[in-house]
Amino acid sequence: MTGYVTRRLGQAVVVLWAAYTVTFVVLYLLPSDPVEIMLAGGQGGEQSTVDPAQVAALRHEYGLDEPLPVQYVHALWRTLHLDFGRSIQNGAPVTSLIGDALPQTAVLAASALAVALVLGVGIAFLSTWVRRSWVRTLLLALPPLGVSLPTFWVGLLLVQVFSFRIPVFPALGNQGFATLVLPSVTLAVPVSASIAQVLARGLRTALAEPYVETARAKGASRARVHLRHAFRNATIPALTIVGVIVGNLLAGAVVVETVFSRVGIGRLTVTAVNGQDIPLVQGLVLLAAAVFVATNLVVDLLYPVVDPRIRVVGVPRRPRAVTRTLVGSAS
Amino acid sequence: MSDALLSVRDLRISYGFREVVHGVSFDVHPGEVVAVVGESGSGKSTTAHAVVGLLSGAGRVDSGSVLFEGDELVGLGERAWRSVRGARIGLVPQDPTLSLNPVQRIGEQVAEVVRIHGLAKGAAARRRAVELLTAAGLPDAAVRAEQYPTELSGGMRQRVLLAIGLAAGPRLLVADEPTSALDVTVQRQVLDHLESLTRDTGTAVLFITHDLAVAADRASRVVVMSQGEVVEVGTARQVLTAPEHAYTQSLLAAAPSLHSARIRAVPRERTAPPAPRSPGPLVQVRSLVKEFPLPGRGNVQTAVSDVSFDVGRGETVGLVGESGSGKTTTARLVLGLERPTSGQVLVDGVETTGLRGAAWRDLRRRAQLVYQNPYASLDPRIAVGETIAEPLRAFGIGDRASRRKKAASLLDQVRLPADALERRPAELSGGQRQRVAIARALALEPELVVCDEPVSALDVSVQAQILELLVQLQADHGLSYLFISHDLAVIRQISDTVGVMRRGELVEFAPARDVFAHPQHEYTVELLEAIPGRRALEVVE
Amino acid sequence: MSTGVSRGAPEDVLDVLDIGERYREAARGPAQPRRGLPTWARRPDLLLAGAVVLMVLAWAAFPTLFTSQSPVDGVPADRLQGPSAAHLFGTDHLGRDLFSRVVHGARLTLQATVLAVLIGLVVGTLTGLVSGFVRGVVDDVLMRTMDVLLSIPALLLSMALITALGFGTVKVAIAVGIGTVANFARVMRSEVLKVSSAVYVEAARASGVRTTGVLFRHVLPNAAGPVLSLSALEFGVAVLAVSALSFLGFGAPPPAPEWGSLVAGGRDYLATSWWLTTLPGVVVAAVVLSANRIARALERGTA
Repeated sequence: MTGYVTRRLGQAVVVLWAAYTVTFVVLYLLPSDPVEIMLAGGQGGEQSTVDPAQVAALRHEYGLDEPLPVQYVHALWRTLHLDFGRSIQNGAPVTSLIGDALPQTAVLAASALAVALVLGVGIAFLSTWVRRSWVRTLLLALPPLGVSLPTFWVGLLLVQVFSFRIPVFPALGNQGFATLVLPSVTLAVPVSASIAQVLARGLRTALAEPYVETARAKGASRARVHLRHAFRNATIPALTIVGVIVGNLLAGAVVVETVFSRVGIGRLTVTAVNGQDIPLVQGLVLLAAAVFVATNLVVDLLYPVVDPRIRVVGVPRRPRAVTRTLVGSAS
Repeated sequence: MSDALLSVRDLRISYGFREVVHGVSFDVHPGEVVAVVGESGSGKSTTAHAVVGLLSGAGRVDSGSVLFEGDELVGLGERAWRSVRGARIGLVPQDPTLSLNPVQRIGEQVAEVVRIHGLAKGAAARRRAVELLTAAGLPDAAVRAEQYPTELSGGMRQRVLLAIGLAAGPRLLVADEPTSALDVTVQRQVLDHLESLTRDTGTAVLFITHDLAVAADRASRVVVMSQGEVVEVGTARQVLTAPEHAYTQSLLAAAPSLHSARIRAVPRERTAPPAPRSPGPLVQVRSLVKEFPLPGRGNVQTAVSDVSFDVGRGETVGLVGESGSGKTTTARLVLGLERPTSGQVLVDGVETTGLRGAAWRDLRRRAQLVYQNPYASLDPRIAVGETIAEPLRAFGIGDRASRRKKAASLLDQVRLPADALERRPAELSGGQRQRVAIARALALEPELVVCDEPVSALDVSVQAQILELLVQLQADHGLSYLFISHDLAVIRQISDTVGVMRRGELVEFAPARDVFAHPQHEYTVELLEAIPGRRALEVVE
Repeated sequence: MSTGVSRGAPEDVLDVLDIGERYREAARGPAQPRRGLPTWARRPDLLLAGAVVLMVLAWAAFPTLFTSQSPVDGVPADRLQGPSAAHLFGTDHLGRDLFSRVVHGARLTLQATVLAVLIGLVVGTLTGLVSGFVRGVVDDVLMRTMDVLLSIPALLLSMALITALGFGTVKVAIAVGIGTVANFARVMRSEVLKVSSAVYVEAARASGVRTTGVLFRHVLPNAAGPVLSLSALEFGVAVLAVSALSFLGFGAPPPAPEWGSLVAGGRDYLATSWWLTTLPGVVVAAVVLSANRIARALERGTA
């Protein structure tokens, strides 16, 4: 068991390091000259007058005047100390910018997740529980619809209806609970659809398994069959998408926070990309990767608890082979 | 219907718009074992499921009646069914690997029945579960009760299912092919246990099986079903000795375990004089060892351990053994599909182990393979004609037209109609697919054909046809066969020489007649005794 | 019923792990293709989905066939009019016909989408093919790289790429395309592995077919189905991603119409002119839903 845990921890660290390397390659090597991008800033790099002295200073500050491997090692070393440098736009440390925005996004993501769980589990469960076939068809049509709707559009529709037509909730801001409702629902739509899709499929598969027939032959009630036997088995494949869901929540926050003019990681990302604020973008992408990796680590450690087969055999299958698109993406 | 426990009358069942059971009637009396025998598609399993009210999906009972202890079960509501299932009628399902909930402990799954029917609660239910497991013949039941299904072997799982089926003390137990997925020796133990348990409690058994021999062994009365109808009902003795219906007769004729004769080819004139043969056996296997690495440092599993034997020209060597005996691995080593850890395989006196590249491909012209599962061994996208011609194409033999002609002639040899050339595997039945696979194996005119369980996925009547075909082809082409099977009865029908394998070792290798008449190794004796139908035959003789 | 396949107990399977896996899988048998009516006739919703996709592709190819009005020049007097016979989708704050802008917007949006899917398809399937067929260290390195790409949410990965590449339709397409590479690679690899371990592939090898023959005659044709299905799915996902990035302002600069920026443009008139955000969004949703429907049909047809 300890071997399993250390192996998973090691893998997590390696993925994080590799993710760092990818962002380094993309952000510092891909552009012909990152410093010019930083100075030109905004709107796809319209050229403005660039002061050569300023360029040299900046180049020195980011260590870009050094050979590549040295740059990489230095940057990695700083990152290990949680130092992502300073924002190009306003000079504030990237860490503190992210730290300030994170709680708002965490609250949004948590409430969206709660809504999504209720909706997703509810839809999945009802779609196998209800006997009327038209209700089933209707319920099963919801998840594909949910992953197909553009998040930004859903947000704007909700604002149109619930802020302007029937003014119940405020259209923007992050003051208090009322401003959280529409953004959470918006963000929850694609996420709940993913949960419902995977869980409904899991339930259908489980209910067709011979052990369900065994349970029914024992004289078990429908509720017992669904809850005791099918549901537990159906959650195992559903666990595989937890990491994807958390990633979707972060990506969705980018759009949702823009739509509802909320302060948070998502809005920060949009501003950073708009200003081509390379250090800030790198910090934000790494944050997302770290969250994803941490979530999957937790899931991996949960597997043996949920699925005794893994505990027994001791060779965990790699269950994470679910593609991102299978469960939709929150764009 | 006076004293019948279960009385099925004119039962009609359909799936969607297709009726699959056309008016079936039979009785089960208290304490009696009744076997329902039939091939796939006969409706036997559907009938059994209707008796426990568990028709799957779109299945429904159209008309007829199922009376159980005087109560009508057809049309019973879900709630009412709950007090019947488990408590009054128990079920032992078909597949021991999938029929237990993988994430629940064994004991809990047995205790659940007791709990549902209010027979015991809490710790008492758990204790009862252990008692039931012990009674079902599960060793160390108290320990096993805390384990999960994956930790148990197939035979143990089937005992757990037996315990579940009997947990609430039903008057009738429906056993749906309860042992078909198990090795013969295990099958025998489980069935013995089922028999003694139900006899002690006076439980009646409705026993569903495809195997007439098993039915005859275990049941007092046999119901023979074919294509959704009951064609014959009688005592086991009567059905075995004086079958009235033509279908029962053909089933009886096909059942391998009820016959001891080797299948002989129809003598016919050879199209070509037999090729001059070099002396000596075609294949010599010498001290073959194969180890597979296991997860964990330095662990290996020995699949084949010091196996040596010869395959003579024009001869059939049958290798028999249960799961894990290493017989399939041996076959793959002979073909060069696996590399041995040590030892040699000589074909025509030339060593073939460790061949690579062109030399390995050349071996393919001499030794071919027919797989167990004809559903998997044919590419679903490629037409039959092309599949058969593929080996010719691979070796650049002939042009397109001549390859096609050859494929057509091969189809004819395996007795498939010429229009099958254009069909895809999905349009053929299992037996037809296996014929296609045989035709492909013959395309390169090999000297040796390895048949790996070629008939075990097929119905008995189809099995018999394929075996006859193989024997005829052998006579026509002078082929040598290495024939792998778990079924000693099948081996007896086709082999000249028999090898018995257990846990990677060849424990006995002798002419077929000797193996069956005077088995030397105790394991061979055990296997022979486990062949179903012996009891029935003894009664007959 | 079903005594057919499971009965014979794939015997030797349990002794050797790898072979066992193969047989157990094989024992289940391939799906039987259904016969009778062609798929499209039994599924009117699928027909509709196909029609939607064909229509927007036609918009992109020949926009002037569908609308005679200019997408960029407006009539100020007609500003902010609701949907009517003259203006099917209404007009915006400059008096431009919204339907015309949506039709012309199909070109930029779908160009980016198709380019993105092509990038993912070509790079991804090649990676997956090499990975699955060569195996060993190559496989490990390629697949760990894909794992890393998957560890960054697709939209954020695209945004990082946009930071480096700059704004514009083509750059958005590249950014989205790179985000889909990992999915294609994984599906292709798993298909190649699955097919390569199928009994019929070993049967072909055992009948003397060479590696390349096995690859082109058996592995690729059998792996193509799921990849095709994924392409349809990714088409929908890419439409969403391209629109989202365009909504955030990273796409073509105004006044060029893109579906995402059209929705964004209507934000300031939410309270008064509902059609400006609603109708372009409906088009996006319809296209994505259709692509998903087609993907599911392909998946079923070839699985």
